[in-house]
Parts: sequence; C-alpha cells; structure tokens
Amino acid sequence: MSDARSDIFARIREALKVKAPKPHLKGDGAPGKTSTVAKPWLPDGGETAEDSLTILAEQLAKLKAVLIRVPDHASAAKAVAELSVSKNWKKVAYHGHDLLRPVAAALTCENWEADASFDKQRLEGCDAGITTCESIVAQLGSILVSSTSSGGRALSILPHVHVVIAETSQVVPDLGAALALVKARHGTDMPSMLSFITGPSRTGDIERILVLGAHGPKELFLILVG
Amino acid sequence: MDDSKAIFLKDATVNAADGDQRAFINKALGGYYTNRDLQKARYRDWERARDAASMAKWSAVNDLANVLEKFVSNFERNGGVVHWARDAEEARVIILKIAEDVKAKAIVKSKCMTTEEIHLNDALEKAGYGVVESDLGEFIQQLRGEAPYHFVFPCMHVKREAISELFTKHLGTAPTDSPEELTMIARRHLRQLYIDADIGITGANFLVAETGQISITENEGNARLTAALPRIHIALSGIEKVVNHLDDLSVLLPMLATAGAGQPMTCYNTLYSGPRKKGECDGPEEFHLVLMDNARTRILADPEQRDSLHCIRCGACLNVCPIFKNIGGLAYGTTYQGPIGSVITPHLRGLKQWNHLSAASSLCGACTDACPVRIDLHHHLLRNRRNASKESPTLFDLAFHHGFTFVIKRPWLFALGGRIFRATLPLLQKLPLPYMGAWMKTRDLPKAPAQSFRDQWKNQNV
Amino acid sequence: MRVSLFVPCFVDQLTPKVGLATAKVLKRLGHDVEFRSAQTCCGQPSFNSGQWDVAREGAIRALSVFRGADVVVGPSGSCVAMMRNFYPELLKGTPHAAEADDLAARTFEFSEFLVKKLGVTDVGAKFAKKVTYHDGCHAMRELRLKEEPRQLLRAVRGLEFIEADEGETCCGFGGLFSAKFPMISTAMAQVKGGALARTGADYVVSSDPSCLLQIGGWLSREGKPILPLHIAEVLANDA
Ligand code: SF4
Repeated sequence: MSDARSDIFARIREALKVKAPKPHLKGDGAPGKTSTVAKPWLPDGGETAEDSLTILAEQLAKLKAVLIRVPDHASAAKAVAELSVSKNWKKVAYHGHDLLRPVAAALTCENWEADASFDKQRLEGCDAGITTCESIVAQLGSILVSSTSSGGRALSILPHVHVVIAETSQVVPDLGAALALVKARHGTDMPSMLSFITGPSRTGDIERILVLGAHGPKELFLILVG
Repeated sequence: MDDSKAIFLKDATVNAADGDQRAFINKALGGYYTNRDLQKARYRDWERARDAASMAKWSAVNDLANVLEKFVSNFERNGGVVHWARDAEEARVIILKIAEDVKAKAIVKSKCMTTEEIHLNDALEKAGYGVVESDLGEFIQQLRGEAPYHFVFPCMHVKREAISELFTKHLGTAPTDSPEELTMIARRHLRQLYIDADIGITGANFLVAETGQISITENEGNARLTAALPRIHIALSGIEKVVNHLDDLSVLLPMLATAGAGQPMTCYNTLYSGPRKKGECDGPEEFHLVLMDNARTRILADPEQRDSLHCIRCGACLNVCPIFKNIGGLAYGTTYQGPIGSVITPHLRGLKQWNHLSAASSLCGACTDACPVRIDLHHHLLRNRRNASKESPTLFDLAFHHGFTFVIKRPWLFALGGRIFRATLPLLQKLPLPYMGAWMKTRDLPKAPAQSFRDQWKNQNV
Repeated sequence: MRVSLFVPCFVDQLTPKVGLATAKVLKRLGHDVEFRSAQTCCGQPSFNSGQWDVAREGAIRALSVFRGADVVVGPSGSCVAMMRNFYPELLKGTPHAAEADDLAARTFEFSEFLVKKLGVTDVGAKFAKKVTYHDGCHAMRELRLKEEPRQLLRAVRGLEFIEADEGETCCGFGGLFSAKFPMISTAMAQVKGGALARTGADYVVSSDPSCLLQIGGWLSREGKPILPLHIAEVLANDA
C-alpha cells in the first residue's frame, strides 16, 4: 500500500488537471500582495501616527479594553501599582523584561517573574499578568503578543487580568503592517506562538449575550508610554 | 426513501412549525445583524475586500499541491510533526496512536469542526481517555450529548434555564438565570482541567505556507490555553486550509470575524509555528499536525464546486439562511449545517443520501451574498440537484419533467392544458394531488381567470 | 422601440392581468408591443429540479421563439433571471451558447427595462394607496435590481410607500420547493408575510408574480388585510 502522503498528493495533482474559473469578482482581481491590494477597501488604520492613535483609542473602547496613556516608564509603573491597589490584586506575574522589572518593583503585592521559574499551577493563582508586546494594530484594536515578547504562551491568557505595557511607537496602522513587521523581525525564526489579542476574552454562547472573561482575561489594560 | 432524508423531512417539518423556537433563534441572531452591519460599514469597500479574500483562497486551493508542500516543509523545519490521513478512520488512528505513545490520560479540546467530522470524541472515549470540550458552547453540547447546532454558535438554540439545569445536574452548581454567572461556572470548572490535561487538541483555521504556521481563531481563550498548558499539542486540519502568505491573513482574519460574528476581529487569532522553542518558558514539548483529506480531493476534482474549499467556516451563510433559521441546525444531521453544509455534505457523504439538503432551498442566494470568500453557494445547490438527477433520477421526477417539457414544447397543447387546468382548478384544489395538496394545506391560490393572457391578447389584437 | 413580451407561463394562465398591464405601460410610453404566441414556459421548474437535459430543450426552444426580437421584456425577475443568467450556464459548451448569450443581453425585467434601459421613472401612473414592496430574490440577487422598482413607485401620484422589515428575506416560494417542502416554505411565508402585513399597507407590490402567488396565498389564507399586486398593475393605473 502506498503511503497516505503520496496518495493524497497524487489525488490533488489529478484533481487539479482541470482548471477552475476565478470567483465572480466585483473588480478586476489584479494580482498583488493581498494587504497592499486590499488596503483601500479595508477598515481605515490611519494615515498618520496621530490618526492611528485616535482610531486605536476608539477601537479599544468598543472592545471594552482599557487604554491608559502615560508620558514615561515611571508613570507606567505608577499606573500599574495604582491598578493593583484599586483592583485588590494579591499576586501578580510578569514577564522578565528590562522594562517590566521596574514596574514589578513598584508593586506592593506579591509578584513573580513567571518566565524565570515557570509553574502553571502558580500562574493560575495569579490575579494579573504583565507583559510587553510585539506591536499594536490601530485598525482593529489588536495587540500582538508572542511567546518571546510576552513571557511564553500562558502568561497573557491564564491570569484573570492582562496588562500590556507598550510604547506609542509600537502602534502600526493595520494588520498588514503588523504582519510585515513580524516577518521583518523574526524571519524564519518565528516565536512558537504569536497571538493577536482583540479585547478581553469573550463569549456569546449563551443566547448570544456577550459575556467577558470566558476562559481568558476578563480585563485587558493597555498602558501606552509616550 | 433514505434514512437521512426521512429524518430530515420529519425534523425540518416539526421545527418549522415551532414558532417559539424560531422566534428564539431570530432574536439570538438579532444582535449579530446589527453588529455585522456596524463593522461592515467600517470597510471602505466590503465587496472589493471580498474579492481579495476570495482570491487569496482561490490561488492557494488551485495550486494546492505546491502550497501544501511548501507549508509542510516550513512546518517541519519549525519542529512540528506532520501526519497524513486519507480519511476519518486514518485520522482517528493517528491521534489514538499519539495518545498511546505519550501515555496520555486526560485530553482537553478546543472547538474544531474537523474533529466533529471524524467523531473523534467517541473514539477517544471508547479508548478510555477523558475528553473535555473547552469552548463554552461545545462544553454545553457535550454535556447535553448533542451535536453542535451551528458550527460557530454550537448551543445558540439552548435557553439559559436549560443550561442552568444542565450545570446543576452535572457540576452540582446552584441554579442561576444569568449568562454571566453560567459562563463563570464553566470557567471555574475548566481551569484545572487545562492544567491537568496531557494533550490539547485544536483545529486550524489557516495553514500559512510561507512561514509554516497554523492560525487558530477563537473568542474565549480556550484554544490559547489548550495549546499552552498540556505537554502535547495535536492539531487536526483539512488539507484545504492553506494560504500562500502570512500577509493573506490581513484580509482573511478581520473578514472572518465581521462576516461570521459581527466583530472587527475575533478575540484571539493565534499563529503557532511549532512546539516550545529553546529559550521559551512554556508550551508543549511536541506539536503534531494531522492533515486530512477525507473527500476534500473529491471536491477539488470538481472544478465547478472547487470554490467550496475556500470556506473559512465563518458561519455567515448560516446566519442569513432562512432555511437554517426555520428548521434549525440539528435537522440537517450533518457536521456542517446551513448552505455550506448542504453544498459539501453530498461530496463528503454521498450525493444520493444527502441531495435532499440541496433540494431543501428556495435558492434565495442570501448565503452567496454573505460569503466573505465568494463561494457560489446557492448555485452549487442547483448543480448538486443536477448531478443527483443524473446519478440517481427518481421515476416521478423524470415523468413529471419529461411530461411538462412535452407540453411546453407544443404551444397548442400548453394552451389546451391551461384551459383544462383553469376550468378544473376549483376541483383540483380539493384533491390530494402531488404538489397541489401540499400547497393548499397552508396557502390559497388566486381564482382562475376565464381567459388566459394569450386568449385575451388574441382577442384584443385581432 | 419594438418590445417582445415574455409572459411567464403561470401569468399567462393564472394572472393574465399582469401581462396586460405590462403591455399597457409599454404602449403608453409609445412602444410597439408584440406577443409571440409560440412562447410557453422558460423551463425553470425543470432546471431547478435538476432536470437540466429537459430544461435545455425548453431553453433552446425559447431561443428560437425570441430570435430576431430587439428586446424581450418580462414582468418577472425570476423568469428573466432564468433567461439572462441560467440559459448561458445551461447551454455552455453547446452550439447554442452564443445565441443564449445574445438573448441574455436582449432580455430585461420590466422595471429594469423602464429605469435602466429607457431611463424612465415616471410613467404617469396614479395610485392613491399605501404600498409596501417585496424584493424577489432573483430580481435582487441575480439581476441586482433594488432601487429600480422603488424609483418607479415613488414617482406614482398619490402612492404612499412603506418599507417593510425583513427587507431582504425570501418569501419561501422557490418554485416547486414551495410544494416539495411545504412546511419550510410556509414558515418562510410567515416571516415575510408577517412583516409585510405589519406595515399596514393596502398592497404588497413586487416585480415577481411568483413571489406574489406565495405571499398572496398565505396572506389570503391567514385573512390578512393586505393584497398582492404586481408593479405593472400599479404603473398601468392612470385613472
Ligand atoms: S461558505 Fe462562506 S459564508 Fe459559509 S461558512 Fe464558509 S466562508 Fe463563511
């Protein structure tokens, strides 16, 4: 018996001997890079950095994610410390990153550099996870985290609250730009996980009524520096 | 009559007469329509964006051998293991073998229709593994022992009271009528299960050839957890899920969310390139990807309907389908409900047994207009009907249509037949004739005029 | 212009007034109207039932009936869609393909012909009634007509136009579907008919007489006080 792989490829090659017509398109279907071709048709991500920030703020608000803009890293640390007090966090996990260590140091509650000594059970007991990110997509309000930028896979999804600390320069206009940046930065050596996070975890499975915090974080804070 | 058709007719008829349930489904979809329109309005040209989305899929599907080969070589370079399954049985065997090799006990799953297609849960449970569906809707359907009602909104037909009862019975929780509280019950229940599971099983929405990544779309975060905490990650995907470039997702991800759920973007769109890498603190030690044919190459071999492999399973065609809304998802008896299910199920499971789904359509075309990747859905229903009547014609149909054509080819006979029809209509209406009887049960006919158009025209113009 | 009427078979037999009204409006606008009595049915029932071989015979016959006609105008989105979109598909790869394409280009749905081909929206009609409109799916999705009938109705003197909910929802007719799956079809009629009745209009107008058969049949059975009327009948009214 031939193996499944060669069988499947043989079936595919046989099937494709007959050409299929193109879909019924509205336009001319001229070839080109998808994001470039489609840019004028997709939701706007802003022409200037300022536009993009405005769109981002609107999108995050609609997604029920909280945007906090601060002038510098010291203020970011202060903002997180205030959150931890007002939200009554007992345990906080953070990604071991030079920009985040001072943030953790400013916390008054128990905190832990999760990726230094990863323990999923311990992480499950944390109220909040603090990470950096790869980029932020203004067009859709999405925050791109990765297993390298964000302390692995679980830190940005298991704790009940996710706090992202980023710089305004990390905001890109649209998804196409974010994907291009990923390729430029990581090439053929991609982080094993890259995740576009668009608002706090949600479900509508019960009577299509929106509930936040299905399995992932119920609250999402983006602290934007600069 | 085949079983599948008889069951369909019975269920569809009962459900179509259940006004309360239909109203409930309509209400549940109400918010979707509003949000979808709001999101679509943000597109500067939704129709042209559909062009881009459909061309991204068209170019991958029509070059499937090369694109798949490229995907696999990149995926393997990233450290994942690829398995090939010609059919459902092979896919089940592969997954059971992995579970055995890694000595798994507990398995957690995130929503994946391809695993529904191969009835994976049954196979795993029979082999003695505990399997938990982690998507809230799938979790509820698993407890109910029922197939998903809608492949994106699995339990949209279940009222909150029923869910509360279900949780009380299975999880011992106090009754509540708050969707929020019900969601939290499931959240609390499932957390430890992710941590304890040895294997996480997911699907894949896209296979990106250029980078060897798989992309998974979800709202709840359960797929993220499923692919983060267990030591083994298995993903099952149809071979048609490929796209050429990472950049293609810049159109496909937002359109999937907007068309299917009225969101700008689904909450988590995650790309996985392999198991945990050196220097990463968590993630699975092994990443297995099962690539399955299971009749997809049969659809590929039909150039007319090849575009049905473009499907990104957004669910938009179900949400707008008057048949789906009136008979409900369970009546289909298929893994994939709604228009896309009616199109592809005959290819997956046999035209003779499943053509009735293609027949059960008014061909209104709402699905085709809604589809973000421009699948010619309602015309494919016509093509299935054509193929079925060639493959296994019924005597009644042959007699009826040959007879009808015999008449319409002879204007004098048509005129004569019409005259007799009009004259006897009051009587015909009362007889249990095929078609006429079914019509008259719920609807009237206009009073037959004394003269046809052609008669009046002749008289007027002499 | 010399217009060849394409009168759907069931209009011919069951609602001839729709055909007469169509002719009346076209004549009022100064056109020569002919009816080629060799025409019967476009073959759509067989086509939709998968019987493409016999449907093809009907299509080939229709090609010969309308051979040489400058324009063919029919008061039915569905039957016109059959000729315009499905004849070419049905006859693709046969010696009749070119003629099918040619007929498709010469065939128009009534409201489409008035608005798009002739550029007329005011045909001088009067109709002092409350009217709502049903878009037949074939007119809306196969022929992409939506504004055309509305432009015509808005120009009618005295007419009060009300849009209904479920605007893009199918009425559930679908040809033989309505009798092969009567309960699903009826459920669809309830949704659509219910929305139309809620407008409080006197008439539900459509460019598709087949939809009107379904909607009217259900409304009448349910005793709803709203009557089906073809758009040609509204436009023919000038008194
Ligand atoms: S057929 Fe189109 S609309 Fe239906 S689920 Fe697939 S992609 Fe979505």
